[in-house]
Amino acid sequence: MTELTIVQAINRGLAEAMRADPDVLVLGEDVGVNGGVFRATEGLHKEFGADRVIDTPLSETGIIGAAIGMALYGLKPIAEIQFVDFIYPAFDQIVSELAKFRYRSGGQYPCHVVIRSPYGGGIKGGLYHSQSPEAYFAHTAGLKVVIPSTPSDAKGLLTTAIHDPDPVLFLEPKRIYRAVSGEVPDGEHRVPFGEARIAREGSDVTLLAYGAMIPTCTQAAETLAASGVQAEVVDLRTLVPLDEAAILASVEKTGRVVIVHEAPRFCGYGAELAALLAEKAFFSLKAPVQRVTGYDTPFPYALENLYLPSAERIVHAARAAVAAG
Amino acid sequence: MSESAPVPEVATSENPTEIPAADLPKIYRAMVLARVVDERCLTLQRQGRIGFYVPLQGQEAAQVGSAWALDPEDWIFPAYRELAVALVRGVPVKLLLDQFIGNSGDVLKGRQMPNHYGYREFRFVTASSPVGTQISQAVGAAMAARWKGEEIVTVTYFGDGTTSSNDFHAGLNFAGVFKAPTIFFCQNNQWAISLPRDRQTKSETLAVKATAYGFPGVVVDGTDVHAVYRAVREARARALAGEGPTLIEAQVYRLGPHSTSDDPRRYRTDAELALWKEKDPLARMKHELLAAALLTEDDDVALWETTRKEVVAAFEAAEATPPVDPLTMFDDVFAERTPALEAQRAEFEESQKAGTGKS
Ligand SMILES: Cc1ncc(C[n+]2csc(CCOP(=O)(O)OP(=O)(O)O)c2C)c(N)n1
Ligand SMILES: [Mg+2]
Repeated sequence: MTELTIVQAINRGLAEAMRADPDVLVLGEDVGVNGGVFRATEGLHKEFGADRVIDTPLSETGIIGAAIGMALYGLKPIAEIQFVDFIYPAFDQIVSELAKFRYRSGGQYPCHVVIRSPYGGGIKGGLYHSQSPEAYFAHTAGLKVVIPSTPSDAKGLLTTAIHDPDPVLFLEPKRIYRAVSGEVPDGEHRVPFGEARIAREGSDVTLLAYGAMIPTCTQAAETLAASGVQAEVVDLRTLVPLDEAAILASVEKTGRVVIVHEAPRFCGYGAELAALLAEKAFFSLKAPVQRVTGYDTPFPYALENLYLPSAERIVHAARAAVAAG
Repeated sequence: MSESAPVPEVATSENPTEIPAADLPKIYRAMVLARVVDERCLTLQRQGRIGFYVPLQGQEAAQVGSAWALDPEDWIFPAYRELAVALVRGVPVKLLLDQFIGNSGDVLKGRQMPNHYGYREFRFVTASSPVGTQISQAVGAAMAARWKGEEIVTVTYFGDGTTSSNDFHAGLNFAGVFKAPTIFFCQNNQWAISLPRDRQTKSETLAVKATAYGFPGVVVDGTDVHAVYRAVREARARALAGEGPTLIEAQVYRLGPHSTSDDPRRYRTDAELALWKEKDPLARMKHELLAAALLTEDDDVALWETTRKEVVAAFEAAEATPPVDPLTMFDDVFAERTPALEAQRAEFEESQKAGTGKS
């Protein structure tokens, strides 16, 4: 075990995967000499050289298109999109190509690309350095969508992503890149996809969240505990595939749910979770499902702390759920 | 000098591609103002009084020279580094600083990161962060102006790295096909964050790319305000004569970091920086004015001093401006708030009152 931050754990995961398998390589903007603008690829260029840690021209569609070609030819490319807000020039390559290659070729051309990208608010990034676009991608059949919230999961899920046979969008909660550090297993460490993590046990209300919202939910749970409400925090870890069983088991126990995400509410990932609960947990629910999310506006700069779900808003929603039944 | 930069009058000299001599001191003043705002903002960011900043040092001649060559009616589609262009357009320093703080004086209502300003009043279109998107938009606006029979051009600013973007291709291609009255003004500052110009494209120059789109591309020394002015005047004349677009590559150097989040020592050498510092456009301009007896050393000292005082005063005024009203968060998503937004706004207002919304 080594004590690492999330960004250090990602760096370790990349380095170890590259040491273990010469077919693994990294490409993106400023990932080489500069070590990535968040330093996630620090030291890799030095250790593995410019052929495996590739500084690309400023073109996201070029990065993803080239990564697809490399994958088709048998490499295991890990593409970095500098901020997920800049992924849209590559939307066509991701949605029309990467996600559909296996299917459209009748299984002949599996397309194994990992796309790493920092997402989310809380760093004073305004409209274009704060977004949480996970719902666009979760909505696209053929893409796996992964969001870690702890250093250990960051390395473990990244390692699984690199070995997964399918394309994976690996979204990194940049607000907590360095905020939390934790024990990370040394050597190969895999966390399976489709298994949620119970970040905190509780019996009265379930908080469903992922990524940078996990520490906020844990904080809310502590406040709630002080007034006798025990909240269970479920960290989804992988949005696709989704661990339905863990969600349903928790809700069966608590009967109340607050869904939390930074992204806008309308058609956000929480809407899918709410639909799942309506379909499969209807008779366990004691209160209407609550959502605490970003508002249905672009992500504002000066008001970001009021836009982002706060522990207070989560506590408020959880209390409302408890009061309702 | 007021807290705005001097603004060009429509060029009236005999030779329309030469800067009128009387404008030269004004151009220098605009460059000094830009440099002073820039230095001040870097300090303010270090002090935590503004959140972020994108400096332009080294690019003043390219920006002031190009903006000076335009008509006030021309539309500008900038990226995020065009402070001196905004100043030449007449945007008051206080208004820019309001944007950097994101206070209630900010025309953008505190919504964007510093440097992403825009002012309809000054025909300076609000910038976004994704690079290159403004390029094809500038082409469309130029097509629209021609369709409406208006004698203006559009000018879009972007960097060397941005020539790799989707919209560089799309925009230049459209402009060529439709002979749009657009000027593509590329500031090749040699770096796109950590990537040097020669790792961005194997083209010998960026300007040469225009050839493939069927229109002229020219390289100019972007530290020479005259060369820049001349190139833009010529491109503007061509555009208005119906001859189509021009790509101008102004060769400059980004003397500072990419942004306040960047550390250029990780990827470039002090020797390279020192070489370009010798070509500092402000020193060059000052030298020229001294030689032409349009400026004395004493004038220069006084100019820097008064400019610094004015910028400090403008910042104090901006800092004293009240914060943005939180309820404005729900405005301008659409022309009118939808019922769903209305409900979210009401819920938000309630939580603000109850103190349950703060993080
Ligand atoms: C589509 C997109 N991808 C990545 C970024 C991140 N980014 C911001 S500026 C920049 C480099 C731009 O270089 P250049 O075009 O030369 O302009 P300069 O910053 O040097 O003025 C990058 C990669 C972005 N803003 N937009
Ligand atoms: Mg550049």
